[in-house]
Formats: sequence, C-alpha cells, structure tokens
Amino acid sequence: MDRQLASSNPATQVPVDQAPLTECAYRGFDTPCWERREFLKCAATGTYLLVNPLWAARTNDAVFTREARHYEKLPHKQVKCVLCPRECVVDDRERGYCGVRENRSGTYYTLVYSRACSAHVDPIEKKPFFHFLPGTAAFSVATAGCNVNCKMCQNWEISQVRPEQVQAMYLPPDKLAQLAKQTGCASIAYTYSEPVVFYEWMYDCARASRPLGIKNVVVTGGYIKEKPLRELCKVVDAIKVDLKGFSERYYQEVVNGQLKPVLDALLVMKSEGVWLEIVYLVVPTLNDKEGELRQLARWVKSQLGPDVPLHFTRFYPQYLLKNLPPTPIATLERAKQIADAEGLHYVYIGNVPGHPGENTYCPRCKRPVVERIGYQIRGVHLNRGKCKHCQQPIPGVWKS
Amino acid sequence: MRRWYKGERVKGAGLDGVSVHHVTRRTFCRWVGAASAISLGCSGAPETPPSSTTGRSKVVIAQDPKLRDTRGKLSPQRVAALLNRALQALFDRDHPAEAWHQVVRPGQVVGLKVNCLAGKGASTSVELVEAVCESLQQAGIRPDKIVVWDRLNADLESAGFRIRERGPGVRFIGNDVLGYSDELYAHGKAGSLVCRTLTEVCDVVINLPVLKDHSITGVTIALKNLFGAIHNPNKYHLNAGDPYVADVFMLPPIRSKVRLSICDAFTPVYQGGPSYMPQWMWPFNSLLVSLDPVALDYIGWQLIEQKRAEAGMKPLRELKREPRYIFTAADAQHRLGVCDPQRIQVIRI
Repeated sequence: MDRQLASSNPATQVPVDQAPLTECAYRGFDTPCWERREFLKCAATGTYLLVNPLWAARTNDAVFTREARHYEKLPHKQVKCVLCPRECVVDDRERGYCGVRENRSGTYYTLVYSRACSAHVDPIEKKPFFHFLPGTAAFSVATAGCNVNCKMCQNWEISQVRPEQVQAMYLPPDKLAQLAKQTGCASIAYTYSEPVVFYEWMYDCARASRPLGIKNVVVTGGYIKEKPLRELCKVVDAIKVDLKGFSERYYQEVVNGQLKPVLDALLVMKSEGVWLEIVYLVVPTLNDKEGELRQLARWVKSQLGPDVPLHFTRFYPQYLLKNLPPTPIATLERAKQIADAEGLHYVYIGNVPGHPGENTYCPRCKRPVVERIGYQIRGVHLNRGKCKHCQQPIPGVWKS
Repeated sequence: MRRWYKGERVKGAGLDGVSVHHVTRRTFCRWVGAASAISLGCSGAPETPPSSTTGRSKVVIAQDPKLRDTRGKLSPQRVAALLNRALQALFDRDHPAEAWHQVVRPGQVVGLKVNCLAGKGASTSVELVEAVCESLQQAGIRPDKIVVWDRLNADLESAGFRIRERGPGVRFIGNDVLGYSDELYAHGKAGSLVCRTLTEVCDVVINLPVLKDHSITGVTIALKNLFGAIHNPNKYHLNAGDPYVADVFMLPPIRSKVRLSICDAFTPVYQGGPSYMPQWMWPFNSLLVSLDPVALDYIGWQLIEQKRAEAGMKPLRELKREPRYIFTAADAQHRLGVCDPQRIQVIRI
C-alpha cells in the first residue's frame, strides 16, 4: 500500500527523505530504514522541490489543461468519457466522476496535466513492487483525483478532491524525467491517487523519460478501459494493481466500482507483457472470507499464472472505515496459506514490517532469494534473475 | 442507559426485560422544566413555525405573468413584490418583514446559496438575489451580514454576480476562497468536507436553487443544490443521486443551517439540464418557496414532468433518471421533509 505521507501542501512540505521514517514510526517500527547516501540524495531532491519556484501554486489553470485523449463528442455539447469503465456522460461545464476532467463547450479536458500535488522519492518496495528492480528508488508523483471512492482510502485528501482544492506544482514531462534522472531514481512511479485520471500526463512522462533510461511503473486500481490501457502498456514497464476484493458486492459497496472491468484489465496487462503485481488489502469482515480468498488465488493462477506476485496487505482504519480494527496478522497469514496452497509461487504479507512473509522465497529450494524488512532490502541472493542456490529462474525485472 | 438520578432506576420491571424508569412527580417536574429551558434557550435562531396549521408541508407557487418587460428582461420591482408575497403566503403574515423574521434575526450572518454552475440564463437570477438581499435588510439584517455563495468565484461571475469578498456591502464569495472544513462529515453513503462559508461564516442559510431537469439525477432543485456546499459532488451522481443527495443534505452543518428554500422558476429547464438549454426552457415566471426542501423538490419535479408531457417527452422514470432521492430524503432514516402529495399543501398565488 503506497501511502502518501508528506503533506500535499508545499507550505508545509515534509522533506521527502522523512517519509519512510514516518511510515515506519506509524507502524510501530522505529528503526530508520534509509542509508546515509539515500538520505542525502533525497534531501537534495527535497531542497530542489522546496526552492523550485514551480511549487508556487499556479492560479492559472490553463497551464494544466489539455484536451483529453479518450472521449467522444455527443449532441448538445455533451461528451462521453471512454477512459474508464464508468463512461461518464458529462454535460457542458460539468465534470466526470473523477473530478479532474471537465466539459467545456463540448470539448473534454483534463485539468491535471503536469499538475503534481505530490512528488517524493520512495523505495520501489513501498509501491509495493517486489520483483521490479528491488532496492532502487522511484520518483513518485500524483495529481488530485480518482475514478473510484474506496471507503478505506488512505490518501483521500488528494484522491477524493478536485485539483483546485490542493496546491500543486507545474511539472511537465521533460522536467519530471530530468528530475528523476538527477535524483538517481531508476523509475518514475505514478501512484498515491489514481494514475488513470491523469492518463495524458502519465503517458507523455513515460515517453519523455524512456530515452533517459528511466523505467515507468504504475500503481493503479486497474479501473480502465481496454483501448487506453493497451496504449499505456506500450510505454510503461510495470503495473501494480490494487485488487480491492473479489466480489462484485464489495466493489459496489466499499469501492464504488465494479470488479469485472478490473479483472478484464488484468488480463489485458498480462497479454501486453508488462510486469504485473497484485495487492489485495485485507479488510476485516469485508473481504477476508476464506472462500473469497481461495477464489482469488485460483483466478490469479488460472488466468495470470502462478508467477504473478500477490501481496496481502494489512488494513488500518482510515477515511470512512474507521470503525474496523487493523487486520489481524493471523488473517494475513491465513490468506497467504490459502494462496500458497492453491499453487501461487510468490505470495507476500504487506504492511507488517519484519514479517517473514515479506521475503521472496525460491519456489524450488524454498530458500530466501530477496530478504526484506519493511522497505529495506537486507539481502539479494539472485544471479542474473536465478536463485543463487538452485538456479531456479525467478520472474521479475532485476538489476543486471 | 444513563442514570439521571440516584435511586430512581428500577431494573427488571419491564415485560420484555428492558429496564424501566419509575418517574416520581418531582422527577417529572424536573424533566419538564429542563425541556422547557432547552427549548426556550435556543434564542439564537428563531423557531421555524410548522409549515401549516394542518400539519402538512406548505409549498407556495407564486407566479407573475408580467414579471418581464417587453424585451423579456426581469423587472426587479416585480421580482421583489413576488418574493414578498410568496413569503407572506408561506408564513401567513401581513407584512413581509414579519415573514422574514420567521427565518432570520438581526445579528445573524445569512448565507444565500445560489446555483451558478450553468452560467447566465440557467442560474439563480441576479434580480432574485437582489430582492432577497433587500428584503433581508428591511428585516434588520445588515448588508455585511449577508453572504451570497456558491462553489467558485468564476461560477458566480459567469452568472452575473460581482465578487466582493470583504467590505461593508453584501459579500459575494466562492468556496474556492475560504476552502473547506478540516473535519470530514459523514452520513450514510456520503463523506465530505463542507465549505467554510457554511460551517464557519453563516448562521443561517437560505437555499436559492433553480428549477431544472438534470441529465443524471432527474431534477436538480432544493436538495441537490447543497452539492455546492461540499468538496466532492462529482462522487454522488451514481444511481441517479440516490441516496447521495439525501445523505449530503443530512450532513450536520447543512441540515442544521438551511432554513428556507426559494426556488427560481422564472425560466425552468425541462430537458437537457443542468446546462443552459434555451430550446427546452419555458417562461414560468414563478417562485417556489417552502421550509420543506423535500416537498419543494417533489412539487418542482411534478412541474417538470408536466411540462415534459406537454412537449411529448418521456417521463423521467422511463429514462431511468427518476429522482428517487426525493423519496429517500423523506424516509425514516432521513426525515428531511415529506413527499406524499396528501401531506403537501400547495398554495398558488
């Protein structure tokens, strides 16, 4: 679970290097995770961001406004958005469900192009990606807005607001790519809120950063239609999907969305060959039934294959779900047991720093090949993507 | 169960095992006294009277066929006269100021929630807002205690209002200036931040919606106008706004401060709303006024259906956008008003 920790308000911006420490403290884990070199690297980034005049809130919305890529014009100045499965039909001067796209006289615009409300250097493990360049940093950005409304959203202060309700900086694609390069990040992560709603900016950033050798990773709910998704898969390297539950009822009542389009999107991602990981936030009493977890594991194995990593992460009371307790660790362990038993090779336990379920184990010899504590890599026992002990190939994108 | 007085609670006396209170004469008198003190102590705001002596909700439809001059422009004098007649009819008072005193008291900050999203032509009329401001001042509200507000300064300007964030006169201000509450308010399926103009500035809110068809929620009138008070209205158009519209109105600051709805039905939109659709508007030259936003919405909805039928259009139910949220607003979980026509008294003047 990729929680945006530092304030989205630049006036009170927490230096980006502090974010992981705060995260650890939040979970009762008070050992600093970052090494000196990483600290200095990120301090430099933080300083740059703080002194960058672009952080000054731009009141001129025009600079952030671009015509949307995926919509249809309808009679009487209406438009139909075809970016996500909602297919909002939007009247003139109105916005879609996401709150960041507006119909202006029959033309549909995104209002968040280059409008970054959050920018931090994070370990890639925080997204979490466990099989994608472990131990590297990801330059992580977000804009306001989301196309669902999860009751347990931990970033609702940016995901459930409109762009003009949070301060933002102007961060065009070339600038973002340079910034990622300067800070030594191996990738740019589109994360925190919902990248689907800032699709145009994400797409252009991915294209601008590739020539610089920067990878691009997307952290999404996967609520996106096939055509834009296939286009996106051509320019990004990895996608992590938050599969919120495995029942339509849960999606309807807790997420305000639908499960089927997300499953369809997962199949598209797989078919496009982009690296894929899945996170399942286990919410006590709502999506933690054994049958549901077993169905999930079976579906992943049969439709995506046993090598797709599946992370069961711990829920903490947030936003509109403050009446539930944090997920018991035993529940997460039970979920992992179920998925392991169904034949998935890489099942993790997340948001429980220090748990052995954070490590990657070789499916053949069962020895750890990547050892983790929180977001910190404690040891990598891989040789060119193979287990050092038994030479079993471990799927993923590894450092050469 | 809370223990009011030692020794007065007796357990196990109820037939169903529920504890019961044996109320002594002294206790009874104390309770009556306390209740009276509480009800009389709410002197900060006038008590809104029952809508009618019959126990039904009153909706006044005030019409003036000569509201516009020969060029089609609204006459400010006639709008003001129509407004005062409507208020007098609603409260059954001989003088306009007496009627207004049923809603506001001198010293209070009065917010006027207009509806400006559609720009000039399908927004709350400037003439109506001017008339309300004038009437409020005649009722003893200082101009600097009147705040006309909506979502954005730009929306207010597009509807013909001039922004005035401070100064001695009436203020015109968008929510983008003062922002939203730090506290997240929740009811049912709605969880929202509420604009500071409502939570921190205004003591009382007078709702000034427009009578319009809505392409998603069926109609947008009094209840839905309060979507303009929250930070995330785009999240609440699912399922034709049901139950979201009712849930948003239930948010404590909204429910407690909105006192009166005065609906601008001078040129309602019966199709293609909420946008400005001149081909689907008609000169109704009316105001709909009520203390009950649910009853007002129900009557407004029927007027739109009637006009749609006259124009040969399908009813909203067939288009899958019947405003069911109106019924939800009246249900036992909300009780925001009534939508049973038998319990609505329509007064046409």
